[in-house]
Amino acid sequence: MAAIIHGAGAGAATALTTFHSKKLVARSRTNLPGRSKRCIVAAGSDDGSKSFGSSSSLSLRHSHKLIPNNAVATKADTSATTGHELLLFEALQEGLEEEMDRDPHVCVMGEDVGHYGGSYKVTKGLADKFGDLRVLDTPICENAFTGMGIGAAMTGLRPVIEGMNMGFLLLAFNQISNNCGMLHYTSGGQFTIPVVIRGPGGVGRQLGAEHSQRLESYFQSIPGIQMVACSTPYNAKGLMKAAIRSENPVILFEHVLLYNLKEKIPDEEYICNLEEAEMVRPGEHITILTYSRMRYHVMQAAKTLVNKGYDPEVIDIRSLKPFDLYTIGNSVKKTHRVLIVEECMRTGGIGASLTAAINENFHDYLDAPVMCLSSQDVPTPYAGTLEEWTVVQPAQIVTAVEQLCQ
Amino acid sequence: MALSRLSSRSTTLLQPLATTSLLRRRHISTDTTPITVETSLPFTSHLISPPSRAVETSSQELLSFFRDMALMRRMEIAADSLYKAKLIRGFCHLYDGQEAVAIGMEAAITKRDAIITSYRDHCTFLGRGGGLFEAFSELMGRTTGCSKGKGGSMHFYKKDASFYGGHGIVGAQAPLGCGLAFAQKYSKEEAVTFTLYGDGAANQGQLFEALNIAALWDLPAVLVCENNHYGMGTAEWRSAKSPAYFKRGDYVPGLKVDGMDALAVKQACKFAKEHALKNGPIGSNHHAFAFVFEQILEMDTYRYHGHSMSDPGSTYRTRDEISGVRQVRDPIDRVRKLIIAHDIATEKELKDMEKEVRKEVDAAVAQAKESPIPEPSELFSNIYVKGFGAESFGADRKELRATLP
Repeated sequence: MAAIIHGAGAGAATALTTFHSKKLVARSRTNLPGRSKRCIVAAGSDDGSKSFGSSSSLSLRHSHKLIPNNAVATKADTSATTGHELLLFEALQEGLEEEMDRDPHVCVMGEDVGHYGGSYKVTKGLADKFGDLRVLDTPICENAFTGMGIGAAMTGLRPVIEGMNMGFLLLAFNQISNNCGMLHYTSGGQFTIPVVIRGPGGVGRQLGAEHSQRLESYFQSIPGIQMVACSTPYNAKGLMKAAIRSENPVILFEHVLLYNLKEKIPDEEYICNLEEAEMVRPGEHITILTYSRMRYHVMQAAKTLVNKGYDPEVIDIRSLKPFDLYTIGNSVKKTHRVLIVEECMRTGGIGASLTAAINENFHDYLDAPVMCLSSQDVPTPYAGTLEEWTVVQPAQIVTAVEQLCQ
Repeated sequence: MALSRLSSRSTTLLQPLATTSLLRRRHISTDTTPITVETSLPFTSHLISPPSRAVETSSQELLSFFRDMALMRRMEIAADSLYKAKLIRGFCHLYDGQEAVAIGMEAAITKRDAIITSYRDHCTFLGRGGGLFEAFSELMGRTTGCSKGKGGSMHFYKKDASFYGGHGIVGAQAPLGCGLAFAQKYSKEEAVTFTLYGDGAANQGQLFEALNIAALWDLPAVLVCENNHYGMGTAEWRSAKSPAYFKRGDYVPGLKVDGMDALAVKQACKFAKEHALKNGPIGSNHHAFAFVFEQILEMDTYRYHGHSMSDPGSTYRTRDEISGVRQVRDPIDRVRKLIIAHDIATEKELKDMEKEVRKEVDAAVAQAKESPIPEPSELFSNIYVKGFGAESFGADRKELRATLP
């Protein structure tokens, strides 16, 4: 019986004594039916020549089965046929706009979010609709405007703070760590900080070392914040809405190369659970845990793996802090093998923490050591080929699975 | 006799009229007839015409100044002994000598105006209506403290009185203060934010970022530099090329105030608040450079203790300097002299008041010493907030799903 220790919320101390594995099983009955509604799975493009990272769109095809074993499972979702198609950045914008319509306390602040429309067009048109005070163009002072958002949140506003590139938020690290994460605790619960800090990060197309940073590993130790990473238009909109509604500070990690993904999303209002992982492809042989852009590299590798006769279970963990050890745990108990594929650096990355968490909690269920594929511990080089080698590629994922499944 | 109270005179010229003392009524706590007092020093200003030196006050106000400052002074001295007795641990930054800033500010504003300050926050907390018991409990890490014992000396907050703390990192409260002012402007509240920082923090980059933002968007922010002339052990002339902190705003008007004179502080804060709330000289038609809502107030003050309890305070300044300031500029003595000069109370009555205050502080300390320490489960409470606006589990997966309203 493995006690889940990761919870950092209230009652975790009592959780150590009262948590039973029975509860784990009992929950699954109530949860899965509810959750399947939420899972829209993006079907991979069957055109092998399209490489990931190109600006071509990724379309959702439910009935199209080119791979006999159904390499990417598509959960039947009736709402998808009546939805509307859009790109990921449009989905983010839609979510943001809906929340701003719904609650006058929601405001956006960041560099070039207003009149320019956002450097990645996520806030396009919002300044015209809501005015300059609600969609605030800030000067280039990350420390100050992040602090400003946090101060405003202390009084009850719900700012969405945009870092033009996640890497720039390093300048605001003090504000995020000390004020954002800790004020609820050090004030004895008097203040809540319902901010959303969002921005694109990750390795792009030859953007250079300083603009290709992955900050999830730096922020993950900060107590009091939640971190989520979106990967599809569906979960981008859902996570954006949930993050805005959450009373906790949430850091929403977007990826520079995923903004032009296309998907059909439901017309009706929906929200994604902030602490829940997404089952991308159920399987039996091995659990592959991933998030953000690496999800697509994994799905590409999954096609090759299926052809070779493997049946990988792919989970997009989405919630980087706290980990959804419930979903992950159930998967580990089923497959007994874990491969983590991430874009973070090897040292001190999300994968490192996840490996530790899985080893601590599910050691008895593992048939093989947890393997973690991460980016190299190097500044991202400018040269295209070098940059490709920094990041995990599908071929490496295939090799790793073959190795683990021996 | 009545004329002596109402006429405006410099305090140095006024003599107590001892012969009429038997006939005079006492004005303790009930008289609000205005008395006009002149501040001891004129205001120095930058880009703005300074307010008048004549401050309107009343006996009630002067007595409350005296009592509240005596309370703050006593509290800090008690904290000093508690720290030496190892009941307060960690860092303890004491405010004695600077009480006039907290008191004068409170007299000029309401509880709807926000105050945010640094780690030297015990007296500001008291000024905002915080209780002695909560303060001492928090200092000693008990559950009855204002932050449930989890914040400590540097994290006093009082949300209902718009006191936003209490921040340990030097200068980090400046952007937060801008955020408070932004929220006040956003929600169209007719209120102002006073962001306090020290001469040490005045060299932080984020302060200039905050200044720029507040001036750019006409935020109702007043930046108050509590210049006690030492950034821990470094004197201001050794850390700042331009120690005229009130001028550092460049395009932002500034005022230099004698921070040991509670009435001067009151006048300056009142002036700054009015300035920040005005909508422009003629309607709302103001040019970007002509009118800035924001202001910097530099309070020329002094702290008797060292930077914190771990700093003796005498390695970088002489004891003569400290005792000199205490003799000549002490804020409580100044108000005491004013009260006596205006025949509001006698020396003995003031001494009795101080004794009362001492008893109050001792009682609060005793009560706080008896308070319980936090339960182990408190370690994990208030990290995340429960109750969300969406269908979700909760960060530790223990909560039931809450549904959208």
